[in-house]
Amino acid sequence: MELLVAITIGVLTFSGIYLILRARTFSVALGLTLFSYAVNLFLFVMGRLHTGQPAVLNDASSYTDPVPQALVLTAIVIGFAMTSFVLILALRAYTELGSDHVDGVEKTKKITGLGRNKQNKKKRTGAKR
Amino acid sequence: MNHLLLVPVLLPLICGALLMTTSRSPINQVRLISCGSVLLLFLAALYLLTQAGSGQIQVYGLGDWPAPFGIVLVLDRLSALMLMVTAVLGVFVTLYAMRGDDLRGGYFHALLQFQLAGINGAFLTGDLFNLFVFFEILLIASYALLLHGLGAARLRAALHYVILNLIGSSLFLISAGLFYGIAGTLNLVDLARFIAQAEGDQLFLLEAAGALLMMVFGLKAAFFPLYFWLPRAYAHATAPVAALFAIMTKIGLYAILRFSTLVFGVSAGGASGLGTGVLWVLALVTVVLSILGAFAANTLTSLLAYLVLVSVGTLLAGIAIGTEEAITAILYYLLHSTWIIAGLFLLADIIAKQRGDLATGLKVGPQLLNPHLLGGTFFVAAIAVAGLPPFSGFFGKVLLLQSVSGSAAWQLWPVILISGLVGVVGLSRAGSMIFWRSNNTLSGAAPLDKTAYFFTVLLLLTSPLLVVFAQPVIAFTEATAQQIMDVPSYLNAMQLKEAL
Repeated sequence: MELLVAITIGVLTFSGIYLILRARTFSVALGLTLFSYAVNLFLFVMGRLHTGQPAVLNDASSYTDPVPQALVLTAIVIGFAMTSFVLILALRAYTELGSDHVDGVEKTKKITGLGRNKQNKKKRTGAKR
Repeated sequence: MNHLLLVPVLLPLICGALLMTTSRSPINQVRLISCGSVLLLFLAALYLLTQAGSGQIQVYGLGDWPAPFGIVLVLDRLSALMLMVTAVLGVFVTLYAMRGDDLRGGYFHALLQFQLAGINGAFLTGDLFNLFVFFEILLIASYALLLHGLGAARLRAALHYVILNLIGSSLFLISAGLFYGIAGTLNLVDLARFIAQAEGDQLFLLEAAGALLMMVFGLKAAFFPLYFWLPRAYAHATAPVAALFAIMTKIGLYAILRFSTLVFGVSAGGASGLGTGVLWVLALVTVVLSILGAFAANTLTSLLAYLVLVSVGTLLAGIAIGTEEAITAILYYLLHSTWIIAGLFLLADIIAKQRGDLATGLKVGPQLLNPHLLGGTFFVAAIAVAGLPPFSGFFGKVLLLQSVSGSAAWQLWPVILISGLVGVVGLSRAGSMIFWRSNNTLSGAAPLDKTAYFFTVLLLLTSPLLVVFAQPVIAFTEATAQQIMDVPSYLNAMQLKEAL
């Protein structure tokens, strides 16, 4: 189970960070969401993985630690609020700046110019046909 | 237990909630509540400062749970000092905003109160996760405040600021999770006790968590590789918001100082002095790069934003040195730099209002209506912020320079002194451009808002006051430095068994 959880957290973190590094606000917002899932899961398992154990402190030698669960609840609520804020902000930026680039302006011409032109050409030629 | 410890958090929180419901009330009512709140906050901060001055560390257990289990608020000299800095700033920002800036968007006063609640909470808390929660409160309020007044430039700056800080919050949680997973506690003092005896793999993981946390605080404090969001955000924020944000970088620095003295302090065993070598280099690089930025700035506000960064670098250098003398010096310098830069942001706004469309742009522009008055004020404030005698910036820098010796002095002295010189050149370039080289047209701007100018001058007056009262202030910061280096006294205050 530990391995499975670790791999899940790793994959979520990887996808999250990959998306955060993209230049479009929508991918960034998605990436932030995935990353926060990974973080919440990580926080949760910091109380160690137990199955079928009582959730409170008692005389038993083994129990599920309640503190990380409380922490993760707080983190989920805060993360939710922040994600909704960033979505609204992204929408607002898109409508006011006319671009969904994180810098608010298109700067990608030089870097991905070739690929874009090719795509555009394809589209154009496709339209002609 | 002293219930007054809760006031700096609860009072703005309640007033903020109250102000949320008054969106349709007359603005005078809103202003009255807001103003009353910050003035009460100032009195509370003053009272707590005198209490903390006795040297006793007060611990407030929320719900009366004993220290490592419940969440605690801790009031020591450092927290009380930071509360005072915030309270003074809060009063002036509110008063200045009441001159019209609060009408440029909704809920300004409510957001300001929430921001103050978050800041005060971050200074008072003694619990790592609670620190995260207060960080989030102050951040979400700051997101909205940064957008106050809207406009394309603000949206662009806010997008970067929000995204970066959300990533920072996630890293904070990973770090808090690691600390809890290894040490089984989130209480900072208990954490310090655990780290002192940790070794092997445990120590390695704790150091990794600590390094991650330093990175998060570094993003808030804005030093070298993490500062690129700051100039744009501060330069485009509404003037009272930019002035309030002068404290924001100091929260990151406060957290770094707290961690490097308490959790990774001298008694932390293998993890003692974690990352100070890296912080030292980053501090010096920050000072050099940001003074170049200030020199090249094309608006007055971005020049000021880079000066914020210069002060961050200077303060961080003091934290990295970590001796009692250095911390004494930077705490004094922190008071000076926060208040003066905030005052300059307000002054820049007053100047901008007299320059028509050019605003703070550093180009030849229309004649100001009150060139001598504003120019004279700018001249004095620029001397203070650049660190020339006879004002407080000079004292702070001299104290810091005196506190280093040997090879560190060879690195710090040239950086601080040359950056001071370049700062003077940059500021005088800006000043001569705005006040002397006008194209003899009149912008048709509104006459000087005397009340707003009065508040700005009052805030700038803190610099000469810090010089006049240098002796008691430095005595206090010295006692603060001694107190925060003395980790066992924190264990005693929380009634934790001493295991250091």
